[in-house]
Amino acid sequence: MKLFDSLRFRIATLFQRSQINAEMEEELRSHVQHRADDLERSGLTRAEAERRARIEFGGHVRYKEESREAAGGTLVESLVQDVRFALRMLRKSPGFTAVAVVTLAVAIGANAVVFGVLDALILRPLNVPQAQSLYGIERGSDQAVNQSYPDYLDLRDRNRSFDSLAAYNVTGVGLDTGNNPSSSWILEVTGNYFDALGIQPYLGRFFHSSDEQGPNSAPYIVLTYAFWHSHFQEDRGVVGRTVELNRHPFTILGVAPPEFRGTLVFIFPDFWVPLVNQEQVEGVNVLNARGNRGILMVLGHLKAGVTPAQAVADLNSIGSYLEKTYPKDDGHMTFSLTRPGLTGDWLGRPLRAFLTGLMLLAGLILLAACANLGSLFAARAADRSQELAVRLALGAGPKRILRQLFTEAVLISLIGGAVGLWGSVVSLHGLSVWEPLPTAPLHIPVHPDANVYVVALLLSLVSAFVFGGVPAKQVLHTDPYQVIKSGSTGTVGRRITIRDLLLVVQIAICAVLVTSSMVAVRGLVRSLHSSFGFEPRNTMLVQTALSMAGYSGDTVPTMQKRMIDALQTIPGVKSVGLVDRLPLYYGANGTIVFTDKTTDLRPANAAAEAMIYNISPEYFAAAGTTLLAGRALTWHDDKNAPRVAVVNREFASKIFGSATNAVDKYYKAQDGSRIQVVGIVEDGKYASLAEDPQPAIFLPVLQSPSSLACLVVRSNGDPQQLTAAIKSTVQNLDAALPFTIRTWNQELESALFPSRMATLSLGVLGVLGAMLSITGIFGMAAYSVSKRMKELGIRMALGAQRRELLQAALGRPFKLLAFGSAAGLLLGILASRVLASIVYQATPRDPLVLVGVVLAMSLLGLLATWIPAQRALSIDPMILLREQ
Amino acid sequence: MTDQAQLLPGTLDLLILRAVSLGPLHGYGVLLRIGQISGNALLIEQGALYPGLFRLVRQGLLKPSWGTSENNRRAKFYELTAAGRKRLREETANWNRLVTAIASALSVQSEEV
Repeated sequence: MKLFDSLRFRIATLFQRSQINAEMEEELRSHVQHRADDLERSGLTRAEAERRARIEFGGHVRYKEESREAAGGTLVESLVQDVRFALRMLRKSPGFTAVAVVTLAVAIGANAVVFGVLDALILRPLNVPQAQSLYGIERGSDQAVNQSYPDYLDLRDRNRSFDSLAAYNVTGVGLDTGNNPSSSWILEVTGNYFDALGIQPYLGRFFHSSDEQGPNSAPYIVLTYAFWHSHFQEDRGVVGRTVELNRHPFTILGVAPPEFRGTLVFIFPDFWVPLVNQEQVEGVNVLNARGNRGILMVLGHLKAGVTPAQAVADLNSIGSYLEKTYPKDDGHMTFSLTRPGLTGDWLGRPLRAFLTGLMLLAGLILLAACANLGSLFAARAADRSQELAVRLALGAGPKRILRQLFTEAVLISLIGGAVGLWGSVVSLHGLSVWEPLPTAPLHIPVHPDANVYVVALLLSLVSAFVFGGVPAKQVLHTDPYQVIKSGSTGTVGRRITIRDLLLVVQIAICAVLVTSSMVAVRGLVRSLHSSFGFEPRNTMLVQTALSMAGYSGDTVPTMQKRMIDALQTIPGVKSVGLVDRLPLYYGANGTIVFTDKTTDLRPANAAAEAMIYNISPEYFAAAGTTLLAGRALTWHDDKNAPRVAVVNREFASKIFGSATNAVDKYYKAQDGSRIQVVGIVEDGKYASLAEDPQPAIFLPVLQSPSSLACLVVRSNGDPQQLTAAIKSTVQNLDAALPFTIRTWNQELESALFPSRMATLSLGVLGVLGAMLSITGIFGMAAYSVSKRMKELGIRMALGAQRRELLQAALGRPFKLLAFGSAAGLLLGILASRVLASIVYQATPRDPLVLVGVVLAMSLLGLLATWIPAQRALSIDPMILLREQ
Repeated sequence: MTDQAQLLPGTLDLLILRAVSLGPLHGYGVLLRIGQISGNALLIEQGALYPGLFRLVRQGLLKPSWGTSENNRRAKFYELTAAGRKRLREETANWNRLVTAIASALSVQSEEV
């Protein structure tokens, strides 16, 4: 209370300052007038009386100043004084100021950017009402987010913990609003989706569970605000309009509010379509297949008063019911809750781990910057010891001097923080408008909010006190008498000073950053040169879904065969193959398989889980996948022929023991049908670059048709001419079919995206760390040389050799560098384990990385000590000794 | 002027409180009153009075208010607050103790020790 009062009083005095000054002035004048009145009465003239009165009053300005101080305006006013003085000091040494501000701006900017991304992707909940009670459901110990539709229905109807459970799925469709077929990314959602989330329409209406009356019963579309804006120019008349979706008529019901962009943080769909229309949307209907766990993600609000633990118990009891009732389809059914929006922990966990790691590294950068500035400040305080000593001798309290130093530190860090924040806002904005992948609606929706600003401000203030506090002890122990007498406190002793410690810490941090960025870069380079199981060079990809143009049933393979044949006739094309989903592409399909002897086909008895691809016979040739044994598929492997498959080496060795004797053996598919293995191909990468070898099956497209088609066109021809030829060929076949043409290397961007991003961000942090180290070592070396000029001069005069001189001048910085680097390298190796989950083959136990780090650190040391060394060598003892 | 005594540090506040305790005064009036009650024996530079006045106001011992002086001039008058009255009593007692102690110390003859 008292503190508050005094604060209020002080703030009030600050604002009423001019008024108080005027009053004070008037009061003092009144005093002089009264005195003059008395003197006048004693016989003086008025003018003489006033003159005498003024003299008797004494130092008008001084008393006014003292009065003002006594009246309590001092804190704020002396603060203003401090700031003015600090600004003057900073302006006097622009080099120091610039280095300090830039160092901090870089460090705080890096922190703000990383925090901005962390905040946007991890900390901020989805933009729905009551987001804190919204949970996603994951299944099993591997925390799969995908559920089958029948399972979802059981979960929805049997649970007692959720207000309402909704499910959604990402898919691509062809949309034609009138002679302009184009493909769109959409969310297929259950009818209760909007109601379960509590979203209200911006325009028109949403669909509801009551609209779901069996397959294809709800041909409705709800547009996102962004898509409405970009494709319909915010035309309010779109509500009720019929458009063609995959050649089926769908009615636009309404538009969602602008702030609601679906339930995935990083994918912005164009519109929402009811899941019951799956057959029209995806060309297949798996809504009755309990064993088919596409990628249906389930989420819902917990009922009020239900804890997550209670909800999990509830879900698990449904799970054991499902296990008992559907032993063929439902294996081990346990559930857990997860934060929705990041496709559960599948993406959420590595992302969280990576961003947390990045935040930690950014924090280290800031710490290094503080260490850097701390030693700069300490050096500066030592250089200013004369000035400080004079001020102490003239009666300035040590408190006041410390406050002055802190004011300087805070000022620098606020300026640095502001510059850094500005930079981070610019780069975050760049990130948020960036669409990293041309093939997927991927967004990084990072809009810096108040959190980011507060964090930047806090970091600035904290760092100010960290580095500003470094010289505090030094100042408090300054003995003005000693300083003024001997000229300088520059004691260069053998003992370890706080500055040395700071430098070691800083170098260690830098070495950590350099190590981890090198590990990441090496991992990326390796993953680029590893075997994908296909050869992406010299191939073009034509991606389409025949369902988008209304093909279904038997017309699908017929049309696909026609496309392959037509593309084959383009001059320069070597081979054309078809695959339903590309390896390393969003939405890989997996299935469980059994050995031929298994009769009880429960999921628990499965021999393996394998990736599954439906391909045309020429696919291996077109993709450049090597056939190791047996034969490839042919066009005779059709519906009338026995079922066959080509498997990869991993599958062969896992199911049959070895790759060589697998040919002509049988395995059982999930539905129990026996499938003969006719060929073995090399292993490849299927779901991600970082995965271990996985079993994979390739089925003939005629035996298991798929409307999704990616045509792989291998040719040595010019890509541009080829693109044009492919375009006209496909359009000649069916003008209404939306498709995209890209090179395979472009397509791979999406698979490489995570490791690219990881490498890029680590690389940036590594460079920042290196920069900070250079300035840190440089500062230290330069300071030590300049402090020991005299000593070095004497040594030189006494006949010291260049080598000895350098050893004397720079031995210490180098020792610190070696010590710090070793510590950092060790820590970096430990920290790199986290990296291994994101960057393929990121291992710190790599001689190249070790050598690289050592080389980089020595280079840094050389670079940083070059100038001070030159300076030490160019000492002319005669001049030096004469001067001092 | 040379027969005037220098003020001991800290005693000006006490004198101001005492002066004002006899009735509200403006700054110059305080000076005159101190001169009057001390028999003009103390040397106070006129301006030095004001930091003291402001300090006492800030401590809540004096209450200022603008008014018109006997010379028909605008002036700021000070009067004692309850806290000021209490402080004056305490400080007076302190001062008396101090004076007694110092005086007895100074009056001691060598044979009395």
